Amino acid sequence: METAKKRMLTGNKAMAEAIAQEMENDKNVFVLGEDIGKYGGIFGSTQGLMEKFGPERVLDTPISETAFIGAAIGAAAEGMRPVAELMFVDFFGVCMDQIYNHMAKIPYMSGGNVRLPMVLMTAVGGGYSDAAQHSQTLYATFAHMPGMKVVAPSTPYDLKGMMTSAIRDDNPVVFMFHKSLQGLGWMDQLDYAVGHVPEESYTVPLDKANVMREGKDVTIVGIQMMTHYAMEAAERLAQDGIEAEVIDLRSLAPIDKDTILNSVKKTHRLVVVDEDYRSYGMTAEIAAIVSEEALYELESPIKRLAIPDVPIPYSHVLEDFVLPGPDKIVETVKQMMDEA
Amino acid sequence: MTKFEEKQPSVSVDKLMWMYEQMVKIRYYEDQMVEAYTEGKSPVFNIGEGPVPGEMHLATGQEPAAAGMMVHLTKDDTVTAPHRPHHHAIAKGVDLKKMTAEIFGKESGLGKGKGGHMHLFDPEVKFSCGGIVAAGIPHAVGAAMANKMKGKDWVAVAFIGEGAANAGAFHESLNLAALWNLPLIIVVEDNSYGISVPKTASTSVESNDLRASAYGVAGAYVKDNDPVAMYKASEEAVNRARNGQGPTIIEIETFRFLGHFQGDPELYRDKEEVPGLRARDPIMKLRQQLLDAEHVNEPELEEIETRAKKEVDDAYQFARDSDYPKPEAALDDVFTS
Repeated sequence: METAKKRMLTGNKAMAEAIAQEMENDKNVFVLGEDIGKYGGIFGSTQGLMEKFGPERVLDTPISETAFIGAAIGAAAEGMRPVAELMFVDFFGVCMDQIYNHMAKIPYMSGGNVRLPMVLMTAVGGGYSDAAQHSQTLYATFAHMPGMKVVAPSTPYDLKGMMTSAIRDDNPVVFMFHKSLQGLGWMDQLDYAVGHVPEESYTVPLDKANVMREGKDVTIVGIQMMTHYAMEAAERLAQDGIEAEVIDLRSLAPIDKDTILNSVKKTHRLVVVDEDYRSYGMTAEIAAIVSEEALYELESPIKRLAIPDVPIPYSHVLEDFVLPGPDKIVETVKQMMDEA
Repeated sequence: MTKFEEKQPSVSVDKLMWMYEQMVKIRYYEDQMVEAYTEGKSPVFNIGEGPVPGEMHLATGQEPAAAGMMVHLTKDDTVTAPHRPHHHAIAKGVDLKKMTAEIFGKESGLGKGKGGHMHLFDPEVKFSCGGIVAAGIPHAVGAAMANKMKGKDWVAVAFIGEGAANAGAFHESLNLAALWNLPLIIVVEDNSYGISVPKTASTSVESNDLRASAYGVAGAYVKDNDPVAMYKASEEAVNRARNGQGPTIIEIETFRFLGHFQGDPELYRDKEEVPGLRARDPIMKLRQQLLDAEHVNEPELEEIETRAKKEVDDAYQFARDSDYPKPEAALDDVFTS
C-alpha cells in the first residue's frame, strides 16, 4: 500500500509546469501568443509563467498569428527555443503558410542545416457547444503533412512529460492539448483531467503510443477524449465478459505502428475512435496500416468511429450525435463480437 | 578633395568599391545563369529540362538594393530574401559554390539539392530565402527578437518586392516590430511589377515608405536605383536599428531588366521599356562615379571585375562537377535526430 499521497494536477497546470521548468533550465526558452501573459492562456496552458518570468520571456502578442508564428520560426533559426500558442487550432487558416510552408519545410529544404527547435501548442476539441470554428481537432490535417512532429497527450502526466520532450526536441513539434482535458473550472469537470504528476522534471517520448488497459478480445485505439471514452467503454464491456485493450495513440506523427500491430496480433480485432473527420483521417490511416501489415491477423473487419464528415454543429443534440462516445464504442464492439 | 568626395563626404570610397565588386559579381552570376538555364530548353522550352530546371527569377538590374544594404552588415546580421534571392545571397556572402551547386540540384549544395534556387539557406552568414511572397518578413522579426533577447546589436533585414507590401505578413510584421521596437529593416525593391501587374494597379500609395507612418516607424525612399543613395539610406537604417531606435522601411526604385522569371514573354510591358532601363544601368553609373572620385583607375576596376568573374566561374564549375544526390537521400532530413 502506498503511503505517500500522490501529487495531483490538472492538465493545464501539468503543461504550464513543464514550460516553467524548461524556462528555468534553458534561457533560450520563451513563450509567445495571444493572452498567454497575465491571463495565463485562455485554456490555462501558461498559468503562472508571466508572474515567474516576466514580460521579457512571456510575450502577449497582437492578433497577428502569421507574424508571431513566423517570428517564432525566425527566432528558432537563431537558436532560441520558442513555445508559440495558437489559441484554437481552428485559427490555423490565418497562419498555415508559416506553419506548413516554413516551419515544417525549412529544415528539409536546408538539407538539415537549419534546425527549428520550436513548439507550436494549440487547443483542440469540442463537446461544449462552441460550434464549427472553435471545436475541431484537425489531428489529421497536421499529421498528414511531413516535417512536424504532432502529438496530442491525454493525461496530465503525459501533458507534462511530452511538453518537456517537445521543448527539448530540435524539431518543430505541434503540441495539441484538449480543452476538456485541461481541468478548467469553467468546463465539464472530468476525473481524467486531473492526475498524478511528479514535481520533478521528466520526459515522455514523442513517438510512442501507450497501452492504457490490457485485454485479449479487441483493440480500441483512441486519442485524447476518445482514449478516455474507450476506457469507459472497456469497463462496461468487461462487465459483459469482453476484455478490451485500449491504446492511447498520443503521437500522430510519427505514429507508433508497432504498439498497434502487436496489440492487433493479440486481440485480432480493431476499433479506431477519433474526434476528427472520418474521411482521410487518423482512423483511415490506422486501418490502412493494419490492413497492409496485419490483415490476416484480423478475425473481423476493422471498425472506425469518427465525425461523419460534417462541420461540428452547435446545438447539444446535434454535436452529441456526431461525436463518438462510450455508448457508440460499446455498441460497436458488441456488434463486432456478435458478428464473429 | 575630389569631386566625388566633395559631393558625398559621408560615403566611404572603399565601401563603394566593395559594392561595385558585389554588383559586378551579381550581374555576371545572373548572366551565366541565363545561359545555364537555357541549356536543354531549346528549341522547345520545357521548364523541367536542362541542368537548372524549375522556375528561375533573376535579379539583373536590382543589384544596388543588395549591395547598398549589405555593405553595412556583418555575418551576425540576419537577412531574409524572397523568391528572387541571388543578389542578396551573393552580397551577404553566402558560399557561392554551395549556392550554385544547390541551384544545379547537387549533393554538395547548401540544401543537398532539396531546396533549389528559391530556397537557399546558409546559417553561416544568417541568410535564408523562400518562395512565398512576404513570408520572410516574420522570420526577420523573429531574428530581430532573438538579437534583442540575447542583448546583441545585430540587426535583421527582410528584402521583399513591392508586391509583397500588400500582403498581410508585411503589415502584421511591421506592427509587431514597431510595438516591440525591434532592430528590423524592410527593404522594398520596387521593380514596378508583381509578375505582370504594375505597382500602380496594385498599391494604394505611391511608395511603401509612406506606410511607415501607419506603424510609427522610419521610412526612406531611394530613387533611380542609385547605389550611393541606397548606401546612405541603409546606413541610417542600420544605425537606427543597432542603436535600439526601431524599424525602418526603405523603398528603392529598382529595375527588372529581365522577365519575372526566365521564359516570361513579357507581353505586359512596352518593348522600349527595358532598353530605356538598361541605359540607366546602376553598375555603369557607379563605375563612372568611382572613376570620377579619382581614387581608382581603370586597371583597378578591371582587376575587380576579373576577380569577381573568376569567383563566379569557379562556382559554376564546382556545381557542374558535383554529383547528384543519391535518389534515396530524398528520405533524409525531414527530422533531425
